[in-house]
Amino acid sequence: MANALPSQADGRDLTDGNRFRALDAAVSAALRHLPATLAILGCILLWQLVVWGFSVPTFMAPGPVDVIKAFGENAGILWTNFWPTLMEAVLGFIFGNVIAVLLAVWFVHSPLAERAFYPIAVIIKSIPIIALAPILVLLVGNGIAPKIIIAGLICFFPTLVNMVQGLKSASPAMLDLMRILSASNSEIFWRVRLPGSLPFLFAALKIAATSSVMGAIVAEWIGSSYGLGALIIEATYNFRSPLLYATVVIAASLAVVLFFAVSFAESKIVRWKPTTDH
Amino acid sequence: MLETRSRPNQAAVGSSAVSVKNLHIRFGADDSGFTALSDVSVEIPAGSLVTMLGPSGCGKSTLLRTVADLVHITDGSVSVHGQTPRKAREGRDFAFVFQEATLLPWRNVIDNVRLPLLVGKREAGATYADPEELLALVGLKGREKAMPHELSGGQRQRVAIARALVTRPRILLMDEPFGALDEITRDKLNEELLRLWQETGTTILFVTHSIPEAVFLGQHLLMLAAHPGRVKEFMKVDLPYPRSLAMRDTVEFIKVTAYLRKLLGEC
Repeated sequence: MANALPSQADGRDLTDGNRFRALDAAVSAALRHLPATLAILGCILLWQLVVWGFSVPTFMAPGPVDVIKAFGENAGILWTNFWPTLMEAVLGFIFGNVIAVLLAVWFVHSPLAERAFYPIAVIIKSIPIIALAPILVLLVGNGIAPKIIIAGLICFFPTLVNMVQGLKSASPAMLDLMRILSASNSEIFWRVRLPGSLPFLFAALKIAATSSVMGAIVAEWIGSSYGLGALIIEATYNFRSPLLYATVVIAASLAVVLFFAVSFAESKIVRWKPTTDH
Repeated sequence: MLETRSRPNQAAVGSSAVSVKNLHIRFGADDSGFTALSDVSVEIPAGSLVTMLGPSGCGKSTLLRTVADLVHITDGSVSVHGQTPRKAREGRDFAFVFQEATLLPWRNVIDNVRLPLLVGKREAGATYADPEELLALVGLKGREKAMPHELSGGQRQRVAIARALVTRPRILLMDEPFGALDEITRDKLNEELLRLWQETGTTILFVTHSIPEAVFLGQHLLMLAAHPGRVKEFMKVDLPYPRSLAMRDTVEFIKVTAYLRKLLGEC
């Protein structure tokens, strides 16, 4: 290795370069998000001014200041009800997506299975989640199970559809190449189909990340005594509007955090861009 | 390096690399199907570079894909160094280059070249070419770690050629490999393919729809006619090697292309 030394020097230059580039990227990202940040702050300010200006009663629509106060006063309640919802959403996300991915793999390997069970998946999808919740409570009781099932069901369908499409996205020429190389079906699956499906999978997972929170909350509306969903119902009935708003903010933040967690995982796992040959 | 082949029974000069006898290929059901190739017979000499030309629908790709064991033979026979296409495929006797580079976008250049060494049955004791050496041969030295999306179309096709050569095939089957590239890139790759052919002694079957490309590359030229696909002409291209791009402006070259253009009009 005659060029070992120069390449080491190159490596050092690169890390320095990366540090500057990271700073540069952070600054330009902040500048890029500046209009959105200002718009959001503007909306919050306007909301507060409207509440003050028209003397809107707090139970009808609390201002941002009331909501922030509610966070402080109800920190304990919010915290204890946050965890069950997080658990339900995350477990539902995992189960729903794992089952969807496994089913997609089965469908791609067995056209008969796809023709037999795809319609059933569509039928289940077309039942409104809110109607499914009481049925599930009757079936599996009022514990954490129906919430996980509903959060899972809501994730299930987009992932199934995308994953089937992703596993079928390999180009005919690529499959011809693998055949010429006498590759086995499992080699084709692991080396071509599965990696090629990842962009499709992550597109679905990003949808699932936010909708799993929604599924968990909707499930908690049906006779649950804990979780953000139950807190929303309770706060509404007792006219504790600042608490209601605070709960909604927490729920929305949870969905956003899960969305960015999936996006982060995607950026670490899918580090390539599809190439178009034509 | 590549000239010295480790494989036994290298075909003797004058014998056939691919022998096609009375080949019929039909697709689809008997009444609704269509005949892609009808009674095609041709001998591809070992070590030769044969270009295949013809109007669309003449079955030139089908013929190539039949040799590659991608198409079921309806009637007749295809033999690749005396073996069935299937045996030849399993023995890694040939490699295929498609019009698309068909690189895996999540693997870098060198890992794409290595792909044939990772999948399928590998012969015990077979020696394969060094992927880095092959990348140097196709002019991509130093780009080993690049990702496919960072390469141009021509560079991606070079990677595909290096990948095809990594199993040291005795036959290289190329289906319009430069068809999607711009003319300048195409010219350059044509010249390099000739150099590669002369350095490695690989038999090359090259499908194209460009008359100048077929004449520039071909030692022999196979023209097929369409509906149904059949042999129109199998001729030796009487132009000396080494060939340079400037040769395309000579009277001899233009005579051949004019003859072929006329012939193509009759197909």
